[in-house]
Amino acid sequence: MLEVEELTVKVGNKQILHDISLSVDIGETLVLFGPNGGGKSTLLMAIMGLPRYDVTHGRIMFKGEDITHLPVDERSRRGIGILFQRPPVIRGVKMRDMLRACLHGREDGDAIDRLAQKANMADHLDREVNYGFSGGEVKRSELMQLIAQQPEFVMLDEPDSGVDLVNISLVGNMINELLERDRMRSRTKSGLVITHTGHILDYIDADRACVLLNGGIWCRGNPREILAGIKSHGYEGCAVCQK
Amino acid sequence: MSKVMQSKTAKTKPLKSKAQPATPAIDVDLQAYTSEVEEHPYQKDPSRLSAADKQRMHDVGVVVDDTAQRAGTYLQVDQSVIHSKAEQEGVEVMGTPQALEKYPWLSDYWWKLVNPEADKFTQYANTHPFKGYFIRVAPKVKATYPVQSCLYIAKHGLAQNVHNLVIVEEGAELNIITGCTVAPVKDEGLHVGISEFFIKKGGKLTFTMIHNWAPRMAVRPRTGIVIEEGGVFLNNYICLKPVRTLQTYPTARLVGRNALARFNSVLMAAEGSHLDVGSRVLLEAKARAEIISRAITTGGTIIARGFMSGQVADAKGHLECRGLILGKKGNILAIPELEGTVAGVDLSHEAAVGKIAEEEIEYLMARGLTRDESVAVIIRGFLSVDIEGLPPELSAQIRQAVELSEQEVM
Repeated sequence: MLEVEELTVKVGNKQILHDISLSVDIGETLVLFGPNGGGKSTLLMAIMGLPRYDVTHGRIMFKGEDITHLPVDERSRRGIGILFQRPPVIRGVKMRDMLRACLHGREDGDAIDRLAQKANMADHLDREVNYGFSGGEVKRSELMQLIAQQPEFVMLDEPDSGVDLVNISLVGNMINELLERDRMRSRTKSGLVITHTGHILDYIDADRACVLLNGGIWCRGNPREILAGIKSHGYEGCAVCQK
Repeated sequence: MSKVMQSKTAKTKPLKSKAQPATPAIDVDLQAYTSEVEEHPYQKDPSRLSAADKQRMHDVGVVVDDTAQRAGTYLQVDQSVIHSKAEQEGVEVMGTPQALEKYPWLSDYWWKLVNPEADKFTQYANTHPFKGYFIRVAPKVKATYPVQSCLYIAKHGLAQNVHNLVIVEEGAELNIITGCTVAPVKDEGLHVGISEFFIKKGGKLTFTMIHNWAPRMAVRPRTGIVIEEGGVFLNNYICLKPVRTLQTYPTARLVGRNALARFNSVLMAAEGSHLDVGSRVLLEAKARAEIISRAITTGGTIIARGFMSGQVADAKGHLECRGLILGKKGNILAIPELEGTVAGVDLSHEAAVGKIAEEEIEYLMARGLTRDESVAVIIRGFLSVDIEGLPPELSAQIRQAVELSEQEVM
């Protein structure tokens, strides 16, 4: 589904990622661990194609097509979706209008209301997008938008940060729906998930994980084993282990 | 959206003159217009007006084909009242000259909220033949449907002189839709409009005005409002079409406890348009007020004013002005002013002028919208001021006006 080949990314004058290579197969979910400032979000933004993230070397292949220089909306329309960690507030634009836009004309009757009900966000439909939302509400708003959008490849930038214990299982269920994790054979959705705490791993059953440290990939393997390693030895342990 | 654009050349470019105003006022020469105009015939059945005229009226929220959902209708073309009719008991609709003749006591209301000597336009209004609507709703009567009025200019070069009077008696409720517009072929003209609104104890007036002028029109409304104890005044002003120069600055006095005034303005200025639009609120009692404006320029000038004066303790007010500059030209000057004359007033304001934040466009693009679609969604949201307590029909009217202009912006 996704192949990232020797990707080098600059933001402004600063090189953030060096020679990153990774791949995500159809139906597979890959977890990205790493400390703050390690380049995880930069990788997601570069794959999404946000203009500030300048790819200076390497390429991004999606479903066999080189999308390295495609604009954001083209990538979205080809099936890539992203949960932003800190999405902007859009004053005046209502949640309902935003979801309608994400549905791209696939709106049937009360699709939006059903979706909001599922996300426990029914009373947010007439509120402005992300305006005054709590951390958990932002995540649920992002997930609603993604479920409406139905991307084949979903990138989640810290879907569990700021989500309280009551809502974490709700968020987990929404992610499972998005990634079709309840299906074994016919699963077509793929994911790339950033998590800091690993909390979300209690709810989604990820296939593989890697650690992004100082702009490069240091470790690849089983998500739970890597998380256990980070918990006992810190990220420095990953660097030492790889040497 | 709230990111303020800064000029890169601000530090290096010398100021031309310290005394130079940021946005020069536009003078209107009264001599350039005529008050002479032929009388238009009265229309008992306004649905018989021409399709073109009806369309112009419809665009400003005035429907004449089926007035079943209106509590009354007032239509003025140039200086002729061509139709006036009240459809609900307790609601009166007629021309002001007729009302002044019928009710001598109206002298207690006439020129009481606007000073006839305020400027040359009020002087003009006071010394020339006038028409205008008189709308009164009797005590405790709640009008089911809105009263609609249309002030229409058909003659080239006319100075239309209007003096309106609205009285909402104690405990009464009324919605008014006023559409001001010109005939399709209309070229040049001046509209002088005096309006005096009285909202008595516990009364409520929702006043929605849609202006749809023409690129060579000059418009000078002068409005005064007084709101008594527990009275509510909701003012919605929409001006999205080109106009050479428009200057309006209604003043609302809140004289009774728990009175409420809310001004919402949605403005758009194309190249060649100069809008000087604001609201002034005097909190003379423990009352509340809100002034909210949204301004978009695609090349014209907008001065968005707001003045709020808290004159007793616990008077509360908020002023909000947001402006968007789309395209390379255009100028928005936001002037929010707050005055407190005693301790204990609670007044606040926020103002922001800038362009659409790139981050917001990219956010929508990441959901699969093209750049143009993203900008359209953001602009539509920006212009959709939330108007609390507005009947759905009026909301629909405003939405329609905004949608009609959207394409021009894009």
